[in-house]
Amino acid sequence: MRISRAIVSALVVLTLAACGSDSQPAAESNEIKVGLLHSLSGTMAISEVTVRDAELLAIEEINKSGGVLGKKLVPVVEDGASDWPTFAEKATKLIRQDKVATVFGGWTSASRKAMLPVFERYKALLWYPVQYEGLESSPYIFYTGATTNQQIIPGLDYLKEQGKKKLFLVGSDYVFPRTANKIIKAYAAANGMEILGEEYTPLGHTEYSTLVNKVMGAKPDAVFNTLNGDSNVAFFKQLKSAGATAESMPVLSVSIAEEEVTGIGVDNIAGHPVAWNYYQTTDTPANEAFVKAFKAKYGANKVTSDPMEAGYNAVYLWAEAVKKAGTTEVEAVKKAAPGIALERPEGLVTIDGENQHMYKTARIGIIQPDGLIKQVWDSGEPIKPDPYLKGYPWAAGLAAS
Amino acid sequence: MIKRNLPFAAIAVVALVAAPLLLEPFRLGLLAKYLCYAIVALGIGLAWGKGGMLTLGQGVFFGLGGYSMAMYLKLTEAGDGGLPDFMVWSGVEELPALWTPFANPVFALCMAVLGPVALALILGALVFRQRVRGAYFAILTQALAAAMVILLVGQQGLTGGTNGMTNFFELFGQDLAEDSTQRGLYLVVASVLGVLYLATRQLVNSRYGRLLVAVRDGEDRVRFLGYDPALVKTVTFAISAGMAGLAGALFVPVVGIISPALLGVVPSLELVVAVAVGGRHALAGAVLGAVLMGYAKTAFSEQFADGWLYLQGALFILVMTLAPKGVAGIGRSILGRLRSARAT
Repeated sequence: MRISRAIVSALVVLTLAACGSDSQPAAESNEIKVGLLHSLSGTMAISEVTVRDAELLAIEEINKSGGVLGKKLVPVVEDGASDWPTFAEKATKLIRQDKVATVFGGWTSASRKAMLPVFERYKALLWYPVQYEGLESSPYIFYTGATTNQQIIPGLDYLKEQGKKKLFLVGSDYVFPRTANKIIKAYAAANGMEILGEEYTPLGHTEYSTLVNKVMGAKPDAVFNTLNGDSNVAFFKQLKSAGATAESMPVLSVSIAEEEVTGIGVDNIAGHPVAWNYYQTTDTPANEAFVKAFKAKYGANKVTSDPMEAGYNAVYLWAEAVKKAGTTEVEAVKKAAPGIALERPEGLVTIDGENQHMYKTARIGIIQPDGLIKQVWDSGEPIKPDPYLKGYPWAAGLAAS
Repeated sequence: MIKRNLPFAAIAVVALVAAPLLLEPFRLGLLAKYLCYAIVALGIGLAWGKGGMLTLGQGVFFGLGGYSMAMYLKLTEAGDGGLPDFMVWSGVEELPALWTPFANPVFALCMAVLGPVALALILGALVFRQRVRGAYFAILTQALAAAMVILLVGQQGLTGGTNGMTNFFELFGQDLAEDSTQRGLYLVVASVLGVLYLATRQLVNSRYGRLLVAVRDGEDRVRFLGYDPALVKTVTFAISAGMAGLAGALFVPVVGIISPALLGVVPSLELVVAVAVGGRHALAGAVLGAVLMGYAKTAFSEQFADGWLYLQGALFILVMTLAPKGVAGIGRSILGRLRSARAT
């Protein structure tokens, strides 16, 4: 009997303690909390940690120059653990418990799709910093990476200009490569290009001899590569040992940036083209300052890449919208955001009012033997974001929803 | 009998009355999630703790339950003749025949439980009759979990691929975004766990339960006594699979997402680890372990976003070295000491 009573009181105390730890001290009035939600563990950590670092740098810089509305930004960092349900849970925690003003986070499309209902449900803001497959525009997400008409279509335009008529498509088996390839096939049909083959491998796959044989056998003019992560290491190695060269058969990649080049090994990939909106070598005054500040904070051997720059921009764009709105209140910030234009490392970035994507300049670069990427082509001016490809007659039917 | 049930009643009062009143909606939602895992853990406690079947593939059954529920939720959201959102991206134009019956909630719920039960019965009949056991059985179930993930990821148009399914709006006409709905769901999960716990305890204390423990400790002897150990094990395995399936079906509206990441090798192993930490020889230990490990994961990752995995691992090693019988083992020895102290 006495034991049971002890158990009951222990449980009540525990429950109370659990509640007690919930009630956070009221946010001090001279601070604004912002959430950073990226994978700090698991397979995606290697990429996402760099974006988190870039966002922390932006927060530090903004705080140094007086903060936002006279208040300091305080980052609340959570780990998405490369696991989509965890992203949803931590997003809820940041919104409901920490009551952050906004969240910067995500990398994979799966993590964004998992967070989307949470942000829409609680009417909170997410800034998503990575190029993606388009066909989405949530009223509670700002997309600071490229949508398809700012990366994939310019990539195809470049191949067409180079006279590449026969393409082979290689990708990881998930939503981004599959959607990208759907778009590529529609583009090819409209532009007199031929698709010789389309192959998918599971994420993390590393055995590419069969696939490389298929590609070599088909003799395409170029390969369009949407493989993600480690798979690229094996693919490029095996392609090289099969005798393919960047001159005879260039492989255009859309998921390989400066950070990944080191992992793949420069020897295996030098000379191949990639499509992005930003390179470490992009020649703007803002980029010079960004690269310098990043290396000063995190080490001289660190590189900067497109998603890092997009995350870095996101913090500045949000801060600008808050200044314009005079408050961090979500609906007011959303209302103030359209039309905000900032000179960023990649050049002029403007927030589109209709779909909350950015106007961005497309750039094709060639991977250099030193691991950096040299720009060989650009779109000349920032391209208007068109996530549903409404401006492309050949894409009609792709976005049917 | 009353005295024996007092701790259970006390916990039930705390879980059903105190927790919903005191916890913030977000924390209550997390607790509901831990309790879903606790239902799976209860099944593992039965199969492994009592029956000696180390199942490393409980995620498969959890997933079957979860996907059944998610299919129903997606279909109500899409409406008549509509397609779930991920099918539109994946280029599927017509609703696959496999999906059609899941528009019926009764069918979906039945499949969530009967699907896993059927799979476990088939597997059990094949495996236990061949006297596959111990490490071989564990490896087999783990392989099943790995195969299930590959299957789900490969069939993007049918299952949502790596993304899985998310963005659910309502369950039986209730808005899932409402805190009241979530509180109701929590009460359902907690009640289901309570009922299943009592039923499982009854089962373990019955003659069948004693037979099960006998099979665990000396399968050949039981066979020589004229019983059929394969049958006993198959039935137990199927019961634990049914529990995992039901837990999966409850998990989906509570958490709002189901994906292959939730049912592969790693989450299946995590559940077994939780049962080991809680104490596999007591059913209450299994339940406690799942709640404890779930809570530890949340607490550690919130406090130390950068290195929480190490803490989680350290907790496991610590408990296993200091108390090989888990937290329940510690509790039991304290109780035992108290009793003997009172007796003298």
